[in-house]
Amino acid sequence: MSGARLGPWIVVGLAALYFVLPLVATFEFSLSMLRGTWSFEAYRVVFADPAFRQTFGFSVLAALATIVLGALLVVPTAYWVRLRFPRLRAVIEFVTLLPLVIPAIVLVFGYLRLYNSSSWLPFTGSAWGTNLLLVFGYVVLSLPYMYRAVDTGMGAIDIRTLTEAAESLGARRRTILFQVILPNVRAAVLSGAFLSFAIVIGDFVIAGLLNRPAFGPYLALIGQNRAYEPAALAVVAFAATWGCMALLQLLGGRAPGAAAAPLRTRRKAIP
Amino acid sequence: MSFLDISGVSKSFGGNTVVRGFDLGVRRGEFISFLGPSGCGKTTMLRMVAGFEQPSAGTITIDGEDVTHRPPNARRIGMVFQAYALFPNMSVGDNVAFGLKVAGRPAAERGRRVDEMLGLIKLAHLKDRYPYQLSGGQQQRVALARALAPSPRVLLLDEPLSALDAKIRVSLRTEIRALQRELGITTIFVTHDQEEALSISDRIVVMSEGRIEQCGTPHEIYNRPRTRFVAGFVGTLSLVEAVAEGSGATVSVAGQPVTLAEPVPGSGRRPVTLAFRPEALKLDAGENRVNAIRGTVEAAEFLGSVVRLRVAAPGGTLLADVFNSPAAPPPAPGEPVTLHFAPGDVFALDGEGAAPVQPMAAE
Repeated sequence: MSGARLGPWIVVGLAALYFVLPLVATFEFSLSMLRGTWSFEAYRVVFADPAFRQTFGFSVLAALATIVLGALLVVPTAYWVRLRFPRLRAVIEFVTLLPLVIPAIVLVFGYLRLYNSSSWLPFTGSAWGTNLLLVFGYVVLSLPYMYRAVDTGMGAIDIRTLTEAAESLGARRRTILFQVILPNVRAAVLSGAFLSFAIVIGDFVIAGLLNRPAFGPYLALIGQNRAYEPAALAVVAFAATWGCMALLQLLGGRAPGAAAAPLRTRRKAIP
Repeated sequence: MSFLDISGVSKSFGGNTVVRGFDLGVRRGEFISFLGPSGCGKTTMLRMVAGFEQPSAGTITIDGEDVTHRPPNARRIGMVFQAYALFPNMSVGDNVAFGLKVAGRPAAERGRRVDEMLGLIKLAHLKDRYPYQLSGGQQQRVALARALAPSPRVLLLDEPLSALDAKIRVSLRTEIRALQRELGITTIFVTHDQEEALSISDRIVVMSEGRIEQCGTPHEIYNRPRTRFVAGFVGTLSLVEAVAEGSGATVSVAGQPVTLAEPVPGSGRRPVTLAFRPEALKLDAGENRVNAIRGTVEAAEFLGSVVRLRVAAPGGTLLADVFNSPAAPPPAPGEPVTLHFAPGDVFALDGEGAAPVQPMAAE
């Protein structure tokens, strides 16, 4: 192997180590709860805890709600901006990037001020209201990823011409959005969904401060009081997150024709 | 009243007027081409008929119904785009069925119509394929079937052949024309390719800078161009400066008399520009080719069935297409030749100054 080809491999190897080593170390530590032997004792304890199942289930549900709500918000927005208000794209992009700049904790305190139980819209007055607020918060947190993914996906197909083609065939806007545009950006929506899922499962700040029984606060609580179980939990959370993503990919699977839309490359400027 | 009536339509984007005072009546079943260079407003005019753009002034009527302010999905038009625009997530069959499905036709009827349409474009065997599995020519035929399936009142074709390679372009345009005749559908075809427009249309609308320069049959447009622009844009033309005197039909090109079919308007001694098609100039004086211009061969380009000569004559440079003959090799550069032509083969253009001579090779 020549030196020119070795260099990239070293870089890739180092990056892989950086990513894999902590995982391996965590996994190794999670197996050593019983002295002198490797065992899955820590996992047994974790799975036996009903709070684990309850909080993890809660977070998965919140994640799914976030994805559905986020997609319903972002797909039509990105579509309209690209189709009708292309000049607004920079503004919308800036707005969607704000959650990366503004810490989640600021968002939560803002929510608590606006929607507390004595406000005009008392979301936090009831458990379901707070859950709703939690999901809204998650939608905001995942906005940068969802919007970017969907917007890029729309850039890859010629939505203007597809829209006009559907219009000339008599379709209304809603039909166009759900039967023509959405199926063709499904892959993009899915990749946005994966990131949203990971964000929701890993969130501590919003759930903690809204006092919801989510997985993040549970993980933090266990981490304060136990030694081996947090490591096991981290591995479980990691595996479950990837498992859920694989499931999403499988269920959402691409339509047979969703691949390779060569429209954009063939399009020329309209004289 | 015409089937499709465009009356006094103008369109401005900001301060930029791209279509001005466009008037056109299209008969039912007629095939009309909008021909012109990039930016002449032909696509914008088509998009106004489709409803994708709103005219700044004027009205558009289809079959007696004023559609000027109706949205595209309520106009019952079919449109084919340069970029095909098939729905990538749907099979060929579903693409063709889309318009019928949107219109709420029952499944059995949809199936019948899809089979009928795919039969017309001879792609029935590709019904279950997806667009990305088809060639460009096949995709455009499917797009045509999709546009025709809901039986539109008018078919609009926006440079449908421009993205295809030369051979398919020619075969598909023949196919489009045959299909259009068979279905008797009123059609507007937008193109910047004069050969396409000449070969396919009942009538051609030549446009420049948002205006109609001339509207007529391909034969009229080619043989009797009404403006200098049309003469220069459609076909190859060489221009020669001449002088007219008196009111007769005879002018003088550097002292050599040339007889025209009609007298040149005006009086007194005045400059006039003569325009020639390359196929009008011959090397032999036959039948009624009473005119002759002497010149020197600058170049001879062998194109197969014809040889295109570039001849330097006193009033300008002339292009002449002479038939290839195995017995007689074409004249060599530097050789003096006499070009003969009939009075009906030359036309006088008004206005000063000769346009640059067309390039040797046909586009």
